[in-house]
Amino acid sequence: MERRIGMEASIAMAEAVGLCDADVVSAYPITPQTHIVEHLSELVANGELDANFVPVESEHSAMSVCCGSSAAGARTYTATSSQGLALMHEILFIAPALRLPIVMAVANRSLSGPISIWNDHSDIMAERDIGWIQVFVENAQEAIDLTIWSFRIAEDKRVSLPTIVNFDGFILSHMIEPVLMPDREQVQDFLPPFEPLQRLDIDNPVSMGPVGIPDVYTEAKYVQHKLLTDAYGPIVETFGELEKHFGRKYRPVETYRADDADVLLLTMGALGETAMTAVDERRKRGQKVGLIKLRLFRPFPYKDLLNAIGDKPVLGVMDRAVSFGGPVGPVASEVKAALFSARKHPLVPEFIVGLGGRDTSIADFHSIFDDLFEAAERDTTPDPRFVGLRE
Amino acid sequence: MSKETNKEMNPVEPYLRMDRMPHIWCSGCGIGIVVNCFVRALQKSKVDINKLAVVSGIGCTGRIAGYFKVDSFHTTHGRPIPFATGLKTARPDMNVWVFSGEGDLVSIGGNHFIHAARRNADLKVICVNNFTYAMTGGQVGPTAPLHSIATTAPYGTYDQPFNLPFLAESSGAVYVARWTTFHVRQLVKSMQEIKNKPGFSFLEVIAPCPTIYQRRNRLGDGLAGMRYYKERSKVVNGADTRNVDIKLGGDIIVGKFIDRDRPTQLEAMDQELSHKLGDKYVPYPTGVER
Ligand code: SF4
Repeated sequence: MERRIGMEASIAMAEAVGLCDADVVSAYPITPQTHIVEHLSELVANGELDANFVPVESEHSAMSVCCGSSAAGARTYTATSSQGLALMHEILFIAPALRLPIVMAVANRSLSGPISIWNDHSDIMAERDIGWIQVFVENAQEAIDLTIWSFRIAEDKRVSLPTIVNFDGFILSHMIEPVLMPDREQVQDFLPPFEPLQRLDIDNPVSMGPVGIPDVYTEAKYVQHKLLTDAYGPIVETFGELEKHFGRKYRPVETYRADDADVLLLTMGALGETAMTAVDERRKRGQKVGLIKLRLFRPFPYKDLLNAIGDKPVLGVMDRAVSFGGPVGPVASEVKAALFSARKHPLVPEFIVGLGGRDTSIADFHSIFDDLFEAAERDTTPDPRFVGLRE
Repeated sequence: MSKETNKEMNPVEPYLRMDRMPHIWCSGCGIGIVVNCFVRALQKSKVDINKLAVVSGIGCTGRIAGYFKVDSFHTTHGRPIPFATGLKTARPDMNVWVFSGEGDLVSIGGNHFIHAARRNADLKVICVNNFTYAMTGGQVGPTAPLHSIATTAPYGTYDQPFNLPFLAESSGAVYVARWTTFHVRQLVKSMQEIKNKPGFSFLEVIAPCPTIYQRRNRLGDGLAGMRYYKERSKVVNGADTRNVDIKLGGDIIVGKFIDRDRPTQLEAMDQELSHKLGDKYVPYPTGVER
């Protein structure tokens, strides 16, 4: 039976990892991820989770430990943020290339400089192309559900790829929210024991991570791309399984009051909840705005996105990171790439919001909606706007 | 009388960015004492602060770089030593000081620490050791005494901690000392000594962290920490660094352990290449005026 309980999102996530019976957890302290790992080390120390907790000397080591333990066939978990994720960069590419189904939480935070411990998506946008499955969550319940789901999809033999659960630092990680916490039995029904595709085993030796000469490198990369792209099928399927077991529905792209909307706005992560409130307010004023929430970031759900957009004339995209000197908003640039193949596509005004912990208020959403209606009326795309920029 | 004494202000003020005050350190924290001692050392040795740089990493101690009114750099976690190495290489005339915590210097930045000491980079490295990752809330760190409690070691740590003076000596540091924040005079004196010492000098300062480390280990407040240092520190200058490891509830051996000479990184390069290339080699500009 699941219990209804008030819990900090980070703790809830750690509890979920405990329910999944992770075997190895390795991490290095970094704000705002710390509570997850602290709670896990407590579960381990109390004997509530039969796992090894490895407190290492840096995130580079943490991800290396994770690769090692996963290669040996252990269910492996870690969590990090910001500079920590950046320090893992080198090893992040190794995990999917070796088909190691590690699960990691990233409590999204800005990158230095200037030094900032606050929330945005700069850390994960810099790791777009590492080859991991990536989802974003909006609240503590989703953090629980998608953490449990992450082990299932990562370890699915058709996939066998590492998975990141992105959740916004502080504005979600440190929030206490009511959640339904499943029990161990429910989780075990949903999540079969980990059977690795291959493992380091003295009786059946395999060699992992050898040199790929020019003769094979292209093929290796092609296979990796195809695996991640093809993971889409199992992702949708296991979202369905998750719904069957826990009653909550997840889709690669989710919408809110989008069907009859005149203009659309796309968000990713915890801002989606504020956005829904803003949409409701706007609807009360009789203006039809709708929301698209990108849940699955990798593999990028091109078809679902196009379906969600339909033939709407304007789609605003909110970005919480900057692609300097390039397309400005990294998510907007992906969305535009998706739209390029469509015969007809909307105007895509871009909005940079909530950098380095800058609050994004309902009023900000209204100013964005104003821009969207104006764009629709003039039939022109405004320049990308840094919302709330002080001159 | 000098201007400083007849104005009503703390003598450290001219060295600090007063616009950044109040600082973030908790009351009873030892880091402020280290700042104070450093200022005293600078005043006593009449250092030209225009020829001085302070480099820090991340953490509570890392804040030092932001508060000093000198050329300072607050680097990322673990990287003050390589940054300082670059700075010193480009500006050999500068007196380069690294202030950081043990989590920064010997954990995530541990590789830099041993290699800078091995090469004898001309840096003054001050490590404020408070036995935990204080800023992130008290996870187990690289010097946490065996059996001490941390958020990621709720029943006590079982990993062997580093004995920092031993690590520094074995890696090649030319000056190694340890004091606590109770030993302010000795600390100032050591800082004055290393100011003029070429090569990799290492100073470990044991400092109270009442908010995180001491509270979690029931070691009392800042004052209790200082009292402990007063009662349980044993000055053993020249002690064998193998024997100065710190045990929970044990004595703290302090003192100047190592003071030796060998060519700095740049001097060694000059010597080697002058020897091999003779007149063809143009020596690197000489270092700081000592
Ligand atoms: S947490 Fe500890 S180290 Fe950090 S400022 Fe407070 S007392 Fe000092």
